[in-house]
Amino acid sequence: MNAPKPKPSKEVDLMITCLCDTFYDQVAASTVKVLEHVGCTVQVPEAQTCCGQPAFNAGDWKAARKVIQHTLKAFSSERTVVIPSGSCNHMVQHGYPLAFEESDDLEDVISFAKRCWELADYLVNGLGVKKWPGKFDGKISLHRSCHTRGSDSYASAVQLLSSIEGLELLEFDESEQCCGFGGTFSVAYPNTSTSMGKLKIEKLTAVKPNYIGATDMACMLHMGGIASKEETPFKVMHIAQILDQALQTKEAIA
Amino acid sequence: MKTYQPIDAFARDAEPEVKASVYSTSKAKYDKRLASLSTGFTAPDDLRKLAGQIKQHTIEHLDQYLEQAVTNLENNGAKVHFASTPEDANQTILGIMQSINASRMIKSKSMVSEEIHLNAFLEKHGLESVESDLGEFIVQLDDDMPSHIVTPIIHKNRRQIATTFEKHGLGDYNDDPETITRRARKYLREKYLEAEVGLTGANFLSAESGRVAIVTNEGNARFSISANRTHIVLLGIEKLVPRDKDLALYLNLLARSATGQQLTVYTQFLNAPKSADQPDGPEQLHVVFLDNGRSEILGGEFKSILRCIRCGACLNVCPVYRQSSGHAYRAVYPGPVGAVLSPLLKSNSYPDFADLPKASSLCGACNEVCPVDIPLPELLLRHRNKSKIEHQKKAAAGTPPLGAWAELCSHPTLWKTTLATGKAMNHLPIDKMPIPPIQAWTHSRELPEFRGGKFRKWFKQRKS
Repeated sequence: MNAPKPKPSKEVDLMITCLCDTFYDQVAASTVKVLEHVGCTVQVPEAQTCCGQPAFNAGDWKAARKVIQHTLKAFSSERTVVIPSGSCNHMVQHGYPLAFEESDDLEDVISFAKRCWELADYLVNGLGVKKWPGKFDGKISLHRSCHTRGSDSYASAVQLLSSIEGLELLEFDESEQCCGFGGTFSVAYPNTSTSMGKLKIEKLTAVKPNYIGATDMACMLHMGGIASKEETPFKVMHIAQILDQALQTKEAIA
Repeated sequence: MKTYQPIDAFARDAEPEVKASVYSTSKAKYDKRLASLSTGFTAPDDLRKLAGQIKQHTIEHLDQYLEQAVTNLENNGAKVHFASTPEDANQTILGIMQSINASRMIKSKSMVSEEIHLNAFLEKHGLESVESDLGEFIVQLDDDMPSHIVTPIIHKNRRQIATTFEKHGLGDYNDDPETITRRARKYLREKYLEAEVGLTGANFLSAESGRVAIVTNEGNARFSISANRTHIVLLGIEKLVPRDKDLALYLNLLARSATGQQLTVYTQFLNAPKSADQPDGPEQLHVVFLDNGRSEILGGEFKSILRCIRCGACLNVCPVYRQSSGHAYRAVYPGPVGAVLSPLLKSNSYPDFADLPKASSLCGACNEVCPVDIPLPELLLRHRNKSKIEHQKKAAAGTPPLGAWAELCSHPTLWKTTLATGKAMNHLPIDKMPIPPIQAWTHSRELPEFRGGKFRKWFKQRKS
């Protein structure tokens, strides 16, 4: 496995992620506010686009390498990189070294990966934040977005959210199961993917949450997309939005 | 919904009854696995990792361990055979049967015997081969294929089984499980006594002693061994563990991962034929090692798949397996392990099975439950890369090409222009566009409002 990462700094480059850049701008904005609340100085490198995962997972590693090389250039500052996505971070930590395993650039992608942190993991294990201030009225089914497996991200998200006054995290069945997105899998296997998504939504909503929480925009895109089509909307929030909303309350400001 | 992928079509068209059986059984097994691992051990995850390391070590030194195993087996009095292909293995087994004028075999469950299609081969040569594992027995009666490594008839319910029994003259229709079992037992007892040769697989073979470990819940392996003068063990070359004491780790993990039991009901050890010092056992013991592409896998990027101990945990947890069932994978080994292994076996053609590694959302649940910590998502990804380089048509079907997308993502000016102009999407009837991937999405899912570039604008404004 990977060697332990050096402690991160509070001088942060935000990886917007392509999904926040196109659909979920509010998640990126909440991430900035959350990071600033814990004393970070946030910059947003202009040249960034996507981490390259769509091509990598589709099997086109040549195309993925091109995008990865661009990403490395876009984040060449040596600052800590924070990513509000377990999935993009998983790509950086595991996909990048795989895509470059036979390349002279392997060292570069590994050293980049060591600077990258998923948001919740960064807050809890990077900066040592144990408790989140403010208040949040509501019950949340927190979907365990799959690409947080094998990392500390999900446990960190649980720790932060459950420390918020008024917020209740619900237990639900089949928490290990995927929402069915899987990148190009969702269009190459539309029937399987949709059935997986419907089952996931059924399990998440069976315990009657006020919100569904997720650590990834891709899960939000998929579950939200199915729910809109079925006309059974539910509110889905990214963990950054939940943390940000708690900060807006008078309990946080006091 | 129209699909270009056979496994997806299978999921779409599967009988609701089959889907329900597969879903409920695999879910129950997953839950039991979790409970038995966490009650039995304080750090089950560390055990998985250790078991993975020992297996990885074993396959990396397989030449040495095989040599050691063969020496020990031969010193114990067993006869060892190597089969490079399924055809070789079948011929070897036929040869053993012919050498003792045997015409009837009783066999316990063995995935390698499925891999070489042993029953069909023996039948073609006028020899009888009867499956004694209840699930495999039903598969054989139905002329069906197992759809799971451990639970071959996971796709069937007891009403279907009762119908099969009635059709084959095993009593009037009765779907009471106890009655079904008693009827099978009565029928099979005769077969055990009539058989001249017994055949089992091997869950493990210790190189240190040549000891074979076989686990069952029905005791049928023990019966197959006891009743016959000649016994054949058929196994893949990767089934070795270095030492007898490693069995403690693997037997514990295997049963818990497969069925949620602490141990299977029967654990059989067999290391030698009958001798002056050992009054029990068969007069002849043959051990047949099958390669079928495994030695080639050893030398390449998919090596770690040979750690597999065939527990089926990755099938049980896999959401795609749960939706599509094992038959969707068109091969002996279904689910995530099958998706990695099937394309690589010598008896299969890679292009025919190149789609299997695409049948995954890469959620990683398979790796999380694997008792030998096989990095299954990584191996699936390696297959996808290989298929792309080799232009495998079956792998490509339905996946949109991403070359133009990569251009877009490596040119930031172009990217930002697209963010600005993409808003037009919100006003276009994109679900009516005749573009297959878009239709595949919009048939069952909406897209949220396109808000390209809004974050960048917000960030700039608050900085200034």
